Amino acid sequence: MSNKEITGAEILLECLKKEKIDTLFCYPGGVVLKIFDVLYEQKDIRVILPRHEQGGVHMADGYARSTGKVGVALVTSGPGATNVVTALTTAYMDSIPLVVFTGQVPTALIGNDAFQEADIVGITRPCTKYNILVKDVKDLAQLIKEAFYIASTGRPGPVLVDLPRDVVTNKAEFHYPDKVEIRSYNPTVYGNKWQIKQAAEAISKAKKPVAYIGGGVILSNAASEVLEFAEITKIPVTHTLMGIGGFPGTHPLSLGMLGMHGTYYANMSIHNSDLIVAIGARFDDRVTGKVEGFAPEAKIIHIDVDPTSIRKNVRVDIPIVGDVKHVLVELNKELQHIKEPWEAIRKSWLKQIDTWREEHPLTYEYVEDVIKPQFVVQKLYEITHGNAIVVTDVGQHQMWAAQYYKFDRPRNWCTSGGLGTMGYGFPAAIGAKVAHPDREVFSISGDGSIQMNIQELATSVENNIPVKVAILNNRYLGMVRQWQELFYAERYSSVDLGSTPDFVKLAEAYGAIGLRAVKPTEVEPVLKEALKAKRTVFMDFVTARYEKVYPMVPAGASIHEMIFGEGKKKEEKKLKVVK
Amino acid sequence: MKHIISVQVENKFGVLSRVSGLFSGRGFNIETISVGPTLDPSISMMTIVTTGDDRILEQILKQLNKLIDVIKVTDLAEKEFVEREMCLIKVNAPSEHRAEALRIADIFRARVVDSSQKSYTFQVTGDEKKILAMLELLRPIGIKEIVRTGKVAITRE
Repeated sequence: MSNKEITGAEILLECLKKEKIDTLFCYPGGVVLKIFDVLYEQKDIRVILPRHEQGGVHMADGYARSTGKVGVALVTSGPGATNVVTALTTAYMDSIPLVVFTGQVPTALIGNDAFQEADIVGITRPCTKYNILVKDVKDLAQLIKEAFYIASTGRPGPVLVDLPRDVVTNKAEFHYPDKVEIRSYNPTVYGNKWQIKQAAEAISKAKKPVAYIGGGVILSNAASEVLEFAEITKIPVTHTLMGIGGFPGTHPLSLGMLGMHGTYYANMSIHNSDLIVAIGARFDDRVTGKVEGFAPEAKIIHIDVDPTSIRKNVRVDIPIVGDVKHVLVELNKELQHIKEPWEAIRKSWLKQIDTWREEHPLTYEYVEDVIKPQFVVQKLYEITHGNAIVVTDVGQHQMWAAQYYKFDRPRNWCTSGGLGTMGYGFPAAIGAKVAHPDREVFSISGDGSIQMNIQELATSVENNIPVKVAILNNRYLGMVRQWQELFYAERYSSVDLGSTPDFVKLAEAYGAIGLRAVKPTEVEPVLKEALKAKRTVFMDFVTARYEKVYPMVPAGASIHEMIFGEGKKKEEKKLKVVK
Repeated sequence: MKHIISVQVENKFGVLSRVSGLFSGRGFNIETISVGPTLDPSISMMTIVTTGDDRILEQILKQLNKLIDVIKVTDLAEKEFVEREMCLIKVNAPSEHRAEALRIADIFRARVVDSSQKSYTFQVTGDEKKILAMLELLRPIGIKEIVRTGKVAITRE
């Protein structure tokens, strides 16, 4: 039977259906008109129009992080394409599976500096896992299949597919391949058995072990395997910013987050450990502090799907390349065989950790006359019973959200960890809400970050995607201000956002609900009202202006050299200015 | 330490840019790079000469392997191999120097590929030492221009 020929635009739509894509975030333009024409009459895919292409791709990103599925976006050529570069890099740094289609000028015009032409494949080469310029409509289906395959396997990441106008308008027969094989791309899934045995042995011998989990646990859907691992061996678990939810935050073995704004006890545990089991984490500089001073006595087991992550920043004694979930299943089997009295062995180490916990718990000073930002996050946690999907922007509010909201499940937390993209949160929250219409989705943001993609209010209201946005408004770029206060002699250069808009009126102007809390007693009522609302809500929490994120590892210090809030300074010595 | 790396890649547009972009983006050195087709027209072979300590070299090999279009990466330091480079050398050759220039070329088994009233162009192949030695001897005569291919290398059977 010979298929009838259809246009590239129709092939694209058929491919998306085959991939079971239910939502497409897309912004039209000249060279992709044919695709939008095809989208106009179909009913299988929900089409959401953002107000800026960057927002659209962040939405696809929030959709992907909260579901584990591939997020899909489509934009036009030239400025449409260049507008997605930040969002692609955000996804790339955090290994988020996306497929982003960009329009391109007709193949005959490529290289001519045509209207709205940009060499987007060249521009995005270093910020995508892979990218492809499709040159012939006959290859389109195959290349789209490969794009989805590459985006979602191995260490996931964004893939960009560039579609010249003639490829979209020309016709070809449609055949969607059932599977793909790429000879040059074969990610390792199963870990080396011998190495896994070595790891199990090292774990059984360790006196002061710590598990250090990262985003790889979330991406590989390995949270239950991590829990099993920890409960067999009674090993305490600390997580990175990306690993939040990979291990229950309320579990007695949880140490919370480690690193620059991690807990004192997590950092002390790592620093004093004799074995670190790194699972799907990459020893980022925000985690290790000064690398030379990192965990001086520890042996390191490193499990990661990406071999380049291993021995990139720190020495590793037992590397295991493989998908975290598969490796942990095997490792747990090995550990089950080892009949150690785990509880007894761990007793003194866990006791030591408890002393650190008591010495410097995660804390802030509550005051009655002004709202402390941490208090808002705590209240939000209480009111939502820890069950909301929380999406953040970047800065102080992000760290407070990571510290004071406890996540017991994976994929309830979306944040831009690697790139640190201000403006990520609100659109990503919209993407998460689209994927989970029955869940509460809260975007915790700052007055700086929220203004970086605030135009998406229109998207949220128009498409009835009711996201609840809690703005911790200190009228400052708080994190930068904090560094200026601590390390730049209080020279507050370009951080005062004095003329911050009236967020209540702004929300109302877009047709959303605007609420404001100025006193601590108003926090709970505002959160409750937002929770009840069926529409998008902006909550303007006017917070303490000078509040800082503590504890903190100053740049260039080892992670056990933390500084604490006022009156709790561990070391009084004057901190040096860092360049 | 200097390393020669052979990289089998898909013969597609943009692959050279992915490889060179990887080196520049991550701050690795490229001393020379040469690319050409193999017996299989869908595969190209790159020979890259790079420097770095063990840790950097490990990263270079892993990062190259991670590129989607890279099929196979071989660090030739772990193998027996033969390396060659070709150099075209244009030298001043007025009548008083012509005999001397040819004598030097002969020592290095270089061929004359172009000759004019005032110059010779030699083609010499060999390892880096040989090429440098020939350039050294020709220098007093006056080298006008050189073009080098960069190394290619192949493992020994």
